[in-house]
Amino acid sequence: MKLEQTETLSILFNYILSMFEKNRRLGAHLSIMFSSAAFSGFRKLIFGISHRADISELNLPKTCAILFPNGKDDLMNFEVTIRPDEGYYLGGIFVFSFKVPPIYPHEAPKVKCKTKVYHPNIDLEGNVCLNILREDWKPVLNINTIIFGLSHLFTQPNHEDPLNHDAAAVLGDNPKMFESNVRRAMAGGYVGQTFFPRCM
Amino acid sequence: MADAAALVSSRWRDLDKLLLRPGNLVGQNFEPGPELRDDLQEYAKVLVVGAGGLGCELLKDLALSGFRNLDVIDMDRIEVSNLNRQFLFRLQDVGKPKAEVAAKRVMERVTSVNIVPHFCRIEDKDLEFYNDFNIIALGLDSIEARSYINSVACSFLEYDSEDNPCEDTIKPMVDGGTEGFKGHARVILPGITPCFECTIWLFPPQVKFPLCTLAETPRTAAHCIEYAHLIKWDEVHSGKAFDPDDSEHMQWVYAEAVKRADLFGIPGVTYSLTQGVVKNIIPAIASTNAIISAACALETLKIATGCSKTLSNYLTYNGLEGLHTKVTEFVKDKDCLVCGPGVLLELDTSITLQEFITLLEEHPKLLLSKASVLHRKKNLYMQAPPILEEMTRSNLSLPLFDLIGQVSKDVVHVNGMTNKNGKKTSSLRKLRVIFKGIDGVSDMDTAGGA
Repeated sequence: MKLEQTETLSILFNYILSMFEKNRRLGAHLSIMFSSAAFSGFRKLIFGISHRADISELNLPKTCAILFPNGKDDLMNFEVTIRPDEGYYLGGIFVFSFKVPPIYPHEAPKVKCKTKVYHPNIDLEGNVCLNILREDWKPVLNINTIIFGLSHLFTQPNHEDPLNHDAAAVLGDNPKMFESNVRRAMAGGYVGQTFFPRCM
Repeated sequence: MADAAALVSSRWRDLDKLLLRPGNLVGQNFEPGPELRDDLQEYAKVLVVGAGGLGCELLKDLALSGFRNLDVIDMDRIEVSNLNRQFLFRLQDVGKPKAEVAAKRVMERVTSVNIVPHFCRIEDKDLEFYNDFNIIALGLDSIEARSYINSVACSFLEYDSEDNPCEDTIKPMVDGGTEGFKGHARVILPGITPCFECTIWLFPPQVKFPLCTLAETPRTAAHCIEYAHLIKWDEVHSGKAFDPDDSEHMQWVYAEAVKRADLFGIPGVTYSLTQGVVKNIIPAIASTNAIISAACALETLKIATGCSKTLSNYLTYNGLEGLHTKVTEFVKDKDCLVCGPGVLLELDTSITLQEFITLLEEHPKLLLSKASVLHRKKNLYMQAPPILEEMTRSNLSLPLFDLIGQVSKDVVHVNGMTNKNGKKTSSLRKLRVIFKGIDGVSDMDTAGGA
């Protein structure tokens, strides 16, 4: 530790010295010295590297597909389509939009459901109640974990964490009726006062 | 005449005590003398990022410490709520750009200092702008902005062939931050001390309430406010984005939060709490800002003149229960993707992307299989998902040299699988690629290049 500090300081003072030697030598051209295109190769900013690395290692469940509407070089905004192969939502097609922040993975991506769905944990505006998207996000989690989590919501809807209060109540009290409501909504129709466009 | 001269000399009396005399705590290359003070005043250029609570203090402190060439950048306009601590601003300044008013006020009070204000986002300036400064002092309030400036400063850093940082390319940063009674000051010398990204894990995760709690079982005033902000707003204003700087939007959220709180019998929703929760405002205390800024200004002076050892490298100040300060020497992440040297690879200009990927597999320092290759904002080759693999597959047969724009050297990031203790793990690495036989390659001196 001690040695490292001494080294650090000597490098620092060499740097300072060189800075002022150059000042004296170059006088008013200091700024020109520092802004000359000397470091041409290395000086472009690189953002979202860890996110892109994440994407290149995606291992999606077979019910999920990913789409990049802005082409191969914008991986910060994308869509994930889930086609559940079992459970209440079998046969439905659900699209989620992902917006990845620049400081990912320090902060979770913003995820919204673009398909209007009758679901206890997804409200009619597309907000999703999934713990790892908000309160339980950790930088060790990744896009794959979120997609698995979303996929899980369709096979195991949870009436104990309701975001759509009515749907959650029906699922809790009367699963048979919940099932028929889900079928009706996915086929395109009304559940109560709310219309759901077809998504099958 | 003599009086004027006496005034000028007394003006820098305190600074001269630091710069004109030798000392025990200075570095071996410290050369005291009036030239050092003159050089500081004439040549040292410092950028202050942020003209808020810390920025106002920093500008004043740096100007009074003898710095004469200062720039300040801030995208915000002055608000009434700033006036309790951002002491350069007056009531009649409300609505004006912070950077411009701050620069003007300090120049009015401190003779011979020149402060250039920049009323814009930090992303609006190109890299040349930032490279013009000897030191960058940060008075910011977000991780994003710090991370951005850090990556800018680290982008100037170059390493020699032995992976030692080239001194001329080190862009020192001094970072301050406060939150109520707490604060930190740190010195970042990219390549020498840990950069912001090396220690980003120091930040606690932001507190976020579960949406279902907001929707179903609110228990606090903040829950009611976040309900109005995150759920009710979208329900009522379909498609219209919420703007935290629009006071009508904020009033609406406040009114809805009050309704919600009444419904559940929850006390404590106020307009200022609404602003605090929605805009994630942290309470600011003027004296904490003053303490942290003073530390930052002094470190800036020490870096510029060498008059004393610098903080090594992270000071925390906590005035919450009694007073605690501590300096911790954090260590660099040698594999940091932002400030680390990466692995140096010398390549032929003819190597194709496919051959390059094969090379990564065999390279003793990498042994990276199934690599994806990222260059700046472009994805040269992606192993997955299939849709991106297909879109990037045609690059495999092209020369890497052409794909990265025919430059003699550049940084490329690769990620793939490595074998660690018999276990396959994923690994993301930074590479410095240099092409043989292209001008300027062997010449690391800053005078080279195109």
